Amino acid sequence: MEQQSVQPAHVHAPPEGFIRKYVFSLDHKMIGKQYYGLALTAVFTGMVLSWLMRFHLVWPNAKIPGLDIISKAGAPGGVMTPEYYLSLLTMHGTLMVFFVLTNAPFAGFGNFFLPIQIGAEDMAFPRFNMMSFWVTFVSFVVLISAFFIPDGPPISGWTAYAPLSAVGKDAGPGLGWGQNLWAISISLFCVGQLLGSLNFIATTLDLRAKGMTLMRMPICTWAWFITSCIGLLAFAVLLPACLLLILDRVAGTSFFIPSGLVISDRLQNHAGGSPLLWQHLFWFFGHPEVYIAILPAVGIVSHVLINSIRKPLLSARVIIYSMLSIGFLSWMVWGHHMFISGMNPFSSLLFSFPTLTITIPATIITLIWLGSLYGANLQINSASLFALGFVSMFVSGGISGFFLAQPSIDVYLHATYFVVGHFHMVMGVAAIFGIFAGTYFWFPKMSGRMMNETLGALHFWVTLIGTYCIFMPFHYLGMAGNVRRYSSFVNDFMAPLMPVHKFITIAALITGAAQFIFLYNLIHSRFWGKPAPENPWNGTSLEWSVPSPPPWNNFGGNHPVVYHDPYQYGVKGSKGDYVMQVSPETVEGEKT
Amino acid sequence: MASAIQTRLASTHRVAVHADATRSGVWVGIFAITMSFAAFTSALFVRQGSSDWTHLAVPPLVYANTLILIMSSITFEMSRRAMAKGLESDRSELRIGVRWLWGALVLGLAFVAGQYMVWRQLAAAGIYLATNPNSSFFYVFTGMHALHLIGGILALVYLIARLSGKGAAFRQSLFESTAIYWHFMAGLWLYLLLVMRTRL
Amino acid sequence: MGKFLAVVLTIIALVSAYPIITHKYVQPEDISTHGHAIDEQMSETMAEAGFAFLGAQLLLAFFIWKFSGRKDGAKVTHLPGGAKLVVATAFIFVGSEVLALGILGQKAWAAIYFTAPKPDALQVQSQAGQFAFYFRYPGADGKFGMIHPDKIDEGNQNFFGLDPANDVDARDDIVTAELAIPANREVQLLLHAKDVGHAFYVRELRIQQDYVPGLDLSIHFTATKAGRYEIVCTQLCGLGHYNMKAYLNVLSQEDFDKWMKQKASEQ
Repeated sequence: MEQQSVQPAHVHAPPEGFIRKYVFSLDHKMIGKQYYGLALTAVFTGMVLSWLMRFHLVWPNAKIPGLDIISKAGAPGGVMTPEYYLSLLTMHGTLMVFFVLTNAPFAGFGNFFLPIQIGAEDMAFPRFNMMSFWVTFVSFVVLISAFFIPDGPPISGWTAYAPLSAVGKDAGPGLGWGQNLWAISISLFCVGQLLGSLNFIATTLDLRAKGMTLMRMPICTWAWFITSCIGLLAFAVLLPACLLLILDRVAGTSFFIPSGLVISDRLQNHAGGSPLLWQHLFWFFGHPEVYIAILPAVGIVSHVLINSIRKPLLSARVIIYSMLSIGFLSWMVWGHHMFISGMNPFSSLLFSFPTLTITIPATIITLIWLGSLYGANLQINSASLFALGFVSMFVSGGISGFFLAQPSIDVYLHATYFVVGHFHMVMGVAAIFGIFAGTYFWFPKMSGRMMNETLGALHFWVTLIGTYCIFMPFHYLGMAGNVRRYSSFVNDFMAPLMPVHKFITIAALITGAAQFIFLYNLIHSRFWGKPAPENPWNGTSLEWSVPSPPPWNNFGGNHPVVYHDPYQYGVKGSKGDYVMQVSPETVEGEKT
Repeated sequence: MASAIQTRLASTHRVAVHADATRSGVWVGIFAITMSFAAFTSALFVRQGSSDWTHLAVPPLVYANTLILIMSSITFEMSRRAMAKGLESDRSELRIGVRWLWGALVLGLAFVAGQYMVWRQLAAAGIYLATNPNSSFFYVFTGMHALHLIGGILALVYLIARLSGKGAAFRQSLFESTAIYWHFMAGLWLYLLLVMRTRL
Repeated sequence: MGKFLAVVLTIIALVSAYPIITHKYVQPEDISTHGHAIDEQMSETMAEAGFAFLGAQLLLAFFIWKFSGRKDGAKVTHLPGGAKLVVATAFIFVGSEVLALGILGQKAWAAIYFTAPKPDALQVQSQAGQFAFYFRYPGADGKFGMIHPDKIDEGNQNFFGLDPANDVDARDDIVTAELAIPANREVQLLLHAKDVGHAFYVRELRIQQDYVPGLDLSIHFTATKAGRYEIVCTQLCGLGHYNMKAYLNVLSQEDFDKWMKQKASEQ
């Protein structure tokens, strides 16, 4: 036999035929778009669920037209039952955290742009990449199917605490096959993510073009790389946890279920298991997961912001080191979700310190952004508006975390709307703003057409003001003791707070409606937008050196060579106030 | 970690430099699998604190299976040496190298079959997955390990196929990566055996 | 549009922080002995958070105002001090906050969790189950009877699964649907979960604790003011979670003794 000249797996033939091009594509760009499309479907579904929830909270006896068609048991006569509210809540959280925030900023944009930004033809393992998307897609279908079974989706929240999630249908509606489907879906999701992370890591380490050192990678590339490292290890823990949950549910084991439980008048046939074990396993995954949700957005926003301010950041390296610190610290803090869980109270203090410490790199990142705005030549467009909005949201959402990081304050604020306000601001708004910024910025590259800037601006204004109107009051509701995950507010102390809830619901409906402006812009521009030039934003990184959209092999069979770090802005370049990474011209004063 | 791979086609020399990420891929995969088994291990440590923790004697057949798995790693290593010799000097060594791989494959399959027999033995003694927490972990550990080993077996089948027949070609990184994964499976098994022996 | 963004962000920041600056946010009265430390820490955090929030948002708005809409070919400049200044500021500012609050916070936490209950604390057991709280006093013998889950019979009001026929300690146990305690006397609340996870939360007491099935947990506190306060469940426990509540009645010692006598006769 011959020693093989390897045709590396990432070099594949040009795709031919509809199926190969658009369905089972090996091309990282198509896979990225598929992930993005899946995330778009998930986010609009999740948003509609949130509308239904907000509606029910302030008008609990209202007949919602059509709801009884989707679920006769969940909404007889169109009036939502308390259990259906919890089903919607569970699905909302699961869809948003997994299928939106782990998909779009990371798998979506990352798949499309990471190989291009490092000068590669494709990801290292295109077949695994394709598999990762389709496994994720099947996972989504399995999850959504829970809506259409008689008993409905589970009611245990996206956190699925045991024993509620583990004992089966005795504990309530949706906890039979609904919970099974949830656990199967999430297990599949883990597999998809593991395959994806594997690709990102191997590609970043091995497929960088000549001259593309690690420190010459754009900040968003670094963010995707760090996120994939976190994701690899985090999802590798969630998968075993889900497996053990499934075994408790269907095989009679007792990993999470202790003895002596009487549910629906039935003594449960389990013994010795530990509900806290589920919480530890889940949050060991769950906390790094929220950094998986935010870091890509931090990267994308940095990338867009630099382009908009026409100058490099005070230090891109400091941002990268800060992201690395956050990634590192994220493994040590999971217990801050469990301060009053019944775990050893001394551990609570131990978890509190690294949690508070994460404030430092987060503050550094924020101050670098702010400090870089000084002396900038700030260009305003839809992408930069959302990037700037992100900075504002990151501050707001991050600061409320500072309260919750202290166990003694958490005694009071745990499980109140304060927590809901915190995580919605960082994840539900800031991370979404990151996705929007990325979309407006990269849509021309991905589709070859420009988005409508007027609609983009309108989308921004309504969303910025709307999301503040929705989520800022949550913090004050929490301080008043408003408990979360309640389908109705029947407590004595809630009556004076109802007007606030009404205000929030109306803001939510308006803000949600504005998202259809974005959807319309997306679809309309895709087909009828103005043709996009190769470099509409005068950007420096490698994606702006290839056509819009890029050819199937990104660089047309050439091997790009990189001469500069990624953010040579505010310099005298041959094309203007910037020098592209692949341009061989020298830059005055640049350290080579 | 990327390697430059040189080609030599008979009398002509052609140097093509392509990055091959296979090795990185397998190490990343190993990292993830290690993390999963760390999660299972921590679940065991928590669970063993409950009052219903009992004792499960590891069936003796497990040790025979362990020996088989270690032997399969050894055959893999024999194959690697034969391949190295074959590429360097004596081409007939390459065929011997493939035969050693067949040996590893057979032994790997024997291990899986042996583990299945252990399960049958336990069932015959009335010890099933949900019988007690100790048995739960035994079945989970052995089952999960076997599942991952089957993945390795599939990779080994692919490797043997690439090295056999008319279009046979040797790709260093594919061979090494499969070998690394295989040895990892053996090492992982030894670790799990230690945990089960001392904790169950 | 940059200038407009700066204005909008300023308004948002001021409106958001208004309840904090004017101390108009709703917080229930504190009726506990340890709550003061928590409230103090909350105030301290509020002040620092408010300062950081306003500082960051207004700085953002100011820079957007100043550096957007510049004329073509405007030259970019850099912040004096650069990244080093930023990193130093972050470390010093946040680091000192973290230390202050971490150390401050430890005291408040310790007061709740690291002190043992007084030996003469009033012991009450609370059972949380889908979807009600029940309470049990040990009675004259000061001992709680055993809980037999298989004997739980809600129809016959045997919520705890007691077996007074065979269990001497259970005979004088007093089971109630409301938690009454005397003011200014330490109470040790034993937490027992009947089915799934629940939590005990009384806003005014500044107390919140999960019930964990299979674990015997307890918390202790002292209420200082008589009144009727709502106990709510804060851990998602099923469809009735929103409606799972009970009442805490803080009574004078005299009223409490009267109440206990009455409840004992009702058993």
